[in-house]
Amino acid sequence: MDFIIILQAGVASGTVLLFATLGEIFSERSGVLNLGVEGMMLIGAMTGFSVTIATGNPWIGVLVAMLFAGLISQIHAFIVITLQADQVVSGLALTFLGAGISVVLGEGLSKAGTVSLMPNFSIPLLSQIPALGPIFFKDQSVLVYVGYLMIPLAWYYINRTRGGLHLRAVGEYPAAADALGINVFRMRYLYVFVGGMLAGLGGAAISLAVSPGWFSELTTGGQGWIAVGLVIFAQWDPVRAAVGSYAFGALRRLILDIQGPTILFGLANPFYYNPYWGFFLQMIPYAFTIIVLVVGSREAMRKRLGAPAALGTPYIRGERGL
Amino acid sequence: MTKSISRPRWTGYRIKIEPRLDQPPGWYPAAVSVGAIAFALILGGILIAIAGGDPFLSYAHIARASFGEIGVFSDTIVKATPIILAALACSVAFRMKLWNIGAEGQFIMGAFGASAIVLTPILPPETTPWLFIPVMAMAGMAAGAVWGFIPGYLKAKYNVNEIISTLMLNYIAIAWVNYWIFGVWTEGGFQMSAKFPETTWLPRLSDYASTIPILRGLTTHLGLLLGIVAAVALWFVVFRSRWGYEIRLIGDNPRAAQYAGINIARNTVLVMALSGALAGLGGMSEVTGVIHRLQTAPLAAGYGFTGIIVAWLAKLNPLVIILVSILFGALILAGREIQPSGVPKMIQGIILVSLIASDFLLRYRVRFVRDSADTDAEE
Repeated sequence: MDFIIILQAGVASGTVLLFATLGEIFSERSGVLNLGVEGMMLIGAMTGFSVTIATGNPWIGVLVAMLFAGLISQIHAFIVITLQADQVVSGLALTFLGAGISVVLGEGLSKAGTVSLMPNFSIPLLSQIPALGPIFFKDQSVLVYVGYLMIPLAWYYINRTRGGLHLRAVGEYPAAADALGINVFRMRYLYVFVGGMLAGLGGAAISLAVSPGWFSELTTGGQGWIAVGLVIFAQWDPVRAAVGSYAFGALRRLILDIQGPTILFGLANPFYYNPYWGFFLQMIPYAFTIIVLVVGSREAMRKRLGAPAALGTPYIRGERGL
Repeated sequence: MTKSISRPRWTGYRIKIEPRLDQPPGWYPAAVSVGAIAFALILGGILIAIAGGDPFLSYAHIARASFGEIGVFSDTIVKATPIILAALACSVAFRMKLWNIGAEGQFIMGAFGASAIVLTPILPPETTPWLFIPVMAMAGMAAGAVWGFIPGYLKAKYNVNEIISTLMLNYIAIAWVNYWIFGVWTEGGFQMSAKFPETTWLPRLSDYASTIPILRGLTTHLGLLLGIVAAVALWFVVFRSRWGYEIRLIGDNPRAAQYAGINIARNTVLVMALSGALAGLGGMSEVTGVIHRLQTAPLAAGYGFTGIIVAWLAKLNPLVIILVSILFGALILAGREIQPSGVPKMIQGIILVSLIASDFLLRYRVRFVRDSADTDAEE
């Protein structure tokens, strides 16, 4: 078992979670909880894969995937922002809807064979750094590098720009933001769209880069839900989201690879000789998500950190706000 | 508050939306729900056509293959039975605004708990059904309750978001049952346990065909009765008991409930455990009434998720859940043969989306008014 290779693959697999988590951070920072991440990722994975088959160009596939997932997210936006319905139920509905649509439109895609994928390349010089170089900068998909760029950009946008200030104002105190002339409704629609596009990008990153292909609902395997959990762990901060995403990606890879070798750390590998124990390994990412939530929630309580104050509540003009 | 939202000009008429101040008539919410479902079916038909299917054939097929004759209607009831119990599980948790979306996992654990009685074996195969079935029902409810208790406790004690914890526990439940099926109770290396002895099977209508010939071939089993009894019992708990009052008060206004001295943390744990137990009973009913062996694929068929939609469509009313479950049982039963295969799931999603959107019509009045000066006078 070569840990460098596992971590290298872990970074790629964590990139999927990173996109979805960043998207959900944007949406929740504006005050809209969108539990439809899993459905939007499935839409993105299916669209990216099928458009790439049709056009032969994975770049077009990724772009259309982002666009379609963004459009699907606007259903949720309309229901919770304009119609002021419950955000939890609407998000759940979006998950069902996204899964259903992608299974129907993705019919037959699993037998489509190989398609051209997003290109992989190494970064000169940086890939020469011992240990870190091969993990982060050697033979990674272009989407992984996009992920690296997105972390500081998202942090800078949210914390240091006028647009980010408006975003936070809309999520914390929409009535005050409205009084300042910020269009709360338009901002929320916009950031739900951004969240949808990033979830779609995460889905396309699965089907066109990390584990290529369309395997119906198993394509995402609950990663959208893990992303929703990671947002809470990350306390709505892009940098913490990145740490969590890459750690989870590495964990997922480790679990896949740990069953291979006959010898593990100089001992007979129990998972090789008892293959059924592998089911307990499969539980780990999901159990770990719950543990991460316990830790994150306790820390948030202790530090009195919290979700954006207006998260989950519709903004109704003229009604007394928070 | 009374200010209306006006929309731009639209062919001489304007759409005017204003908050409803009066109580709409009693038939109105039901009419809105029916309208939402009709809208969803039309939209679903358009999507089926886009995907290359024939919507009219699909819907005609659903109707014929689920209500066409007494035999298939009996099969529809069989499909509805697990949905009733899963939807009851969701409804009691949703009533308290606890978003238990882990009915799927609690259902699977219930099936596991019931199966453990047979497969361990805790009771020998020649035990009388009069003992077997109650013990298995208790074991199923207990296993489901444990799977509901965990997220309830984490929510009450550590404020862990129950949506994510219940969902993660679904995946863990599937892996857990897979371990037992593949590793311990496998029958000759297949992905299933041995068939249960007939003493554990829930009685079917067809078992009485020798005395009442008309029941021949009818597969409806005792699980339906369990579901109906559970629904009636839950209706009394929610609407006629002190505990039910507490649950409803917490759901409607947690702050008022707290001032009234209601223990929210304790109720969170109890309601989640009750919810898990109901879903677990559904798993027990499915494994002893239909599958007759422990096997993951037919158990993890999405009954828990369908239960969410059914509970919402029934406005969390336990008795209405029975009727709505039969409709969804029909959709699932007939949907198995429809191409493309994801159609029932997609239609369920569209129905849920349009239902949520239609709630708007209960809170607001939408009027088409002639675009003339006098309509603005009142503002």
